Amino acid sequence: MAVCIAVIAKENYPLYIRSVPSQNELKFHYTVHTSLDVVEEKVSAVGKSLADQRELYLGLLYPTEDYKVYGYVTNSKVKFVIVVDSSNTSLRDNEIRSMFRKLHNSFTDVMCNPFYNPGDPILSKAFNGIVSGMMVQTS
Amino acid sequence: MDQESAAASGGSLISLTDHEQRFYSGLHALCQADAPGKLSSGKVAELFKASQLPPEALHKVTEVCGAKHLGYFGTAQFYIALKLLAAAQSGLPIRLESVSGNLPLPRFAGLKNEPESRHAAAPPGADPQGSAPGSVARNPADRSTFRHLEASAEKKEPWSPPRSPCSSPPRSPLAYRGYPYSKQRNGVDAQIPYDNKPSSRPGAQLEQHSSPSRYVSKPAVEHPAMARASSTERLNQQATMNYSDDDPWRMTAEQLEYYTNQFKSLQPDLGALILGAVAKNFFTKSKLPIPELSHIWELSDVDRDGALTFTEFCIAFHLIVARKNGYPLPESLPPTLQPGFSQREEEQIPDTPESLEPLIVFEDAEPRSCQVDPSGIGRLEPSVATRKQDLQGESLKQDTSVKRLASSREKSTLQLGAFPERPEPHLELDPQMRTKTRQRSYSSTSIEDAIKKAEEPPTPPPRPQKTHSRASSLDLNKLFQQGAPGVKSGWLLPPALPPRPPTSQVPHFLNVSEQASQAKVQQPNFADFSHFREEEESSVKLEEQGPSSRFGLSSEDLTSASKQDVSGTPHSQAPQKPIRRKYHPESQNLETGPPPPPPPAMPFPPPAKPSQKLLSRQKREIQMAIRKNRETNAVLRRLNSELQQQLKVVHKERVTLESQLELLRPLAST
Repeated sequence: MAVCIAVIAKENYPLYIRSVPSQNELKFHYTVHTSLDVVEEKVSAVGKSLADQRELYLGLLYPTEDYKVYGYVTNSKVKFVIVVDSSNTSLRDNEIRSMFRKLHNSFTDVMCNPFYNPGDPILSKAFNGIVSGMMVQTS
Repeated sequence: MDQESAAASGGSLISLTDHEQRFYSGLHALCQADAPGKLSSGKVAELFKASQLPPEALHKVTEVCGAKHLGYFGTAQFYIALKLLAAAQSGLPIRLESVSGNLPLPRFAGLKNEPESRHAAAPPGADPQGSAPGSVARNPADRSTFRHLEASAEKKEPWSPPRSPCSSPPRSPLAYRGYPYSKQRNGVDAQIPYDNKPSSRPGAQLEQHSSPSRYVSKPAVEHPAMARASSTERLNQQATMNYSDDDPWRMTAEQLEYYTNQFKSLQPDLGALILGAVAKNFFTKSKLPIPELSHIWELSDVDRDGALTFTEFCIAFHLIVARKNGYPLPESLPPTLQPGFSQREEEQIPDTPESLEPLIVFEDAEPRSCQVDPSGIGRLEPSVATRKQDLQGESLKQDTSVKRLASSREKSTLQLGAFPERPEPHLELDPQMRTKTRQRSYSSTSIEDAIKKAEEPPTPPPRPQKTHSRASSLDLNKLFQQGAPGVKSGWLLPPALPPRPPTSQVPHFLNVSEQASQAKVQQPNFADFSHFREEEESSVKLEEQGPSSRFGLSSEDLTSASKQDVSGTPHSQAPQKPIRRKYHPESQNLETGPPPPPPPAMPFPPPAKPSQKLLSRQKREIQMAIRKNRETNAVLRRLNSELQQQLKVVHKERVTLESQLELLRPLAST
């Protein structure tokens, strides 16, 4: 039940970003952008240890009073960012993890498509479908 | 005079072809008359109106055929009139002379033409003369057009069934041919095959009337005849809409053949995969926009492996062909296109008789359609039958329907049957592999989770290999050094082992053995049996808290052991005895002579001390412990040998690295 889901490429530009339309989307874009700093910090910290130990799921990046931001980074340095509403307290960590896992799966599907050039915005309908399933239903 | 001439002409001119005869007699029956020999003028008028000719033409027809004079339509007049209508519809002047030519059957919109359909069935077959040359001429044209769209050689016929009787093939061949070509919309080419078929004529008519955006309009024409009074266009669209899920998405045998050939051109082995890049180049040639190709790929790569099996390739090709012909891409694979479709096909046959229209044939398979058996027609809905006849081009599709009808299309059946089976094993394998790979990708996260969050039960490891790697054992060492709670080691180690009921001692064994394997690197760890002892007790305590079922048995043991520990030391030492004993062989294997663990050094308080009850209990527990230890022993031996091998490998590497270092050193110094 995310409010905003974003996929950011290795070079830190967005490949896919989608928010619940009701709210000011620009605010979410900004939030995702600032969360990238936190992601970098976490990634560099973990990177000291062996690669196979590196956690893909980064957990809560930072909470604000309105919402919380979770991060996930893949082995190819593609970052997924999920913004959830703070009022939605029923969301457990496991659920966030499973959301990221689903995102990762559909992202790999998009990558596998030979017609997709890495670095292009993600236009896949299947990916869109997965994301819609995760977004907050009521807008 | 006129009457006579009319009659005479009626008699002489009426050299109806067989199907024309039938058609006309059907119509005749339709307009059946008040008086014998006289057709009800109302009905006739209706019929004439249905032919959609301008009223003047109708008047002319009436006049020419002699009915005017007669005041009614006799049979002869009726027939002549029909012929004249046909002529008019084909663009020929309405004169008696025109009647003598070979004309397509007149088309009537909005009539319920059961008889016509029946006739239509016959006519297409029988209507050779006009159509034959036309079709022959057309074929090459078609073929060339087909070649044009490589991928779209097969076009599916969208329409479904509806066929109206109009089917009569004949058409003003030129007008017909021209029409579809000009109408080129999304690959009117597909229609080309149809053109060959009788339906072309009605199609031409219809198209003239409405601006059918789809080539489907042809079938639409037939629809109306089938009792749809709506405009052709509407019908067309409806037809296509309704059937777009079925018909266009069904592969005919010929299409399959074509796909097979294409597949072979890319990859000779039908059982192998086409790589993504290869497929990309191939499909890009179809000139569809990249996002659509991307979507098609998503739909067709069922097992998501980035490569296409034969079935997937067929699906993709089919979708491309459909798209080229104007079908919107579905959001998900239509059931008829899914890899198991051949089996489902049988089921669907009864459901969607109309979906007989599968597809575009890319060749004109006229002869087949011609034979559409009247028997088949009887079985199928008339629409289907008529369709079949009308769209001889669709013979392929019809093949599938015919198949169902159990007409003689064995070969198509065979073809269709043969294909799905092969690729299916691929499909079955691939998803499994895919899921496996997927799982692996997340294994690291779960391991870390286990480490970091003790409260989460460890996810059962599909990652045993990983934990066996040296890195992980190093980790374990680190953990031990840090005095990590036994749980962690306990949690972690079981993954390394096959999940048999590991006693708490097992982790310890593992720890020790792994430590031992690292002995060369980190000697002190190994010798640290007191460490081991602590682990045991801490793990015992932790296990008392509880969680893992794996540890259930062992925890019971240990809890009882620990209890007794509290009560009397001897008991706790008893379980240790087997441990100690096991240690000896292992330590010898590891070529480290670990000092016997402290426990052995401990005095062995005579079991005699405790009371008899305690003794028997101890015995029982000891026996259980012995059993468990034996098991773990075997496991550990195996683990030991594996680690030994790893150790050897590492050792070799170390040696090579050292030698390299030696080589480099003199260079560095100089």
